[in-house]
Amino acid sequence: MTSLLTETILPHIISQTDAYGITEIEVAPEHLVSVVIALKSQADMPFSFMTDLCGIHYLEPTPRIGIVIHLHSMETNTRLRIKCFATSIETPTLPSLTGVFSAANWMERETYDFFGIQFSGHPNLIRILNDDSMTIFPMRKEYPLEDDTREDKDDTMFGR
Amino acid sequence: MTNRHSASPQIGEAPAGIDGQGFFLTTVEKAVGMARKNSLWPLPFATSCCGIEFMATMGSHYDFARFGSERPSFSPRQADLLMVMGTISKKLGPILKQVYEQMAEPRWVLSVGACASSGGIFDTYSVLQGIDKVIPVDVYVPGCPPRPEQIIDGLMKIQELVQKEPLGRRNSPEYKALLNRYGIQ
Repeated sequence: MTSLLTETILPHIISQTDAYGITEIEVAPEHLVSVVIALKSQADMPFSFMTDLCGIHYLEPTPRIGIVIHLHSMETNTRLRIKCFATSIETPTLPSLTGVFSAANWMERETYDFFGIQFSGHPNLIRILNDDSMTIFPMRKEYPLEDDTREDKDDTMFGR
Repeated sequence: MTNRHSASPQIGEAPAGIDGQGFFLTTVEKAVGMARKNSLWPLPFATSCCGIEFMATMGSHYDFARFGSERPSFSPRQADLLMVMGTISKKLGPILKQVYEQMAEPRWVLSVGACASSGGIFDTYSVLQGIDKVIPVDVYVPGCPPRPEQIIDGLMKIQELVQKEPLGRRNSPEYKALLNRYGIQ
């Protein structure tokens, strides 16, 4: 595991932990693209496959909106988790990874759809799963999951 | 001698009228009601498990065709009855409405199961909380999913409505007001 991360990206890592058997690093938004490119082109352990990219919204300790990226190095069957948080919670903006992994295109659209994260550089950042007329980003904690047009649930039966 | 074991098909009862030698006299409304009731062409709009129950209803064991619905129509233009079976997401709502709008009058809607009727267990941001938010519904079938017997019961309730429908209903101001409430026409 010594060569998991090369010297060039180590200065950009904010924190490094090991959770659920996968090494996890946190990267600042301005270094995200260069770190992922460096990881993809590592000579002895290239992380050439993007397994997943999804949004996260933490309320504690401080409210943060960001993304989690899962990378996979097929050569050594090693996985790596990258977290990256936007600096603003009102208009969260992160760099797009579509230039590095084509798989990021779909997943960034989905993350925009559910969390409202703007990916600067994404070629077509519009909703992908939800109705186009939707005005909220439903996976954010401030929006209720239940639908307010529901009529058959009332206080006597369901404690509303 | 009883007719209990007879395999011959049962012929539906004629409407009330004046029966005489070589003629039978009744109203157009009753004759049309009887004809429509026994030749409903359903359009199955099946999205989830209620649709699976419908397939059983449509199949040989429960045999939906016994009620005159021999031909499930997969084009709304040749259908009389829209059967909505399953969860309708908000994104699918406008499509369901378009299907309804493409059906010719007279048309009826059967909402099968909890999801189509009220959203069911999916009390969530992405699911339409009942299809009556976008189109008018004639009969609701409860259940999650309902058994084929319940779907047949719902169809027979529709048949009852069809038989008793006054001829001028679709031109009445009440019906126009109902459609206008949904923004149709």
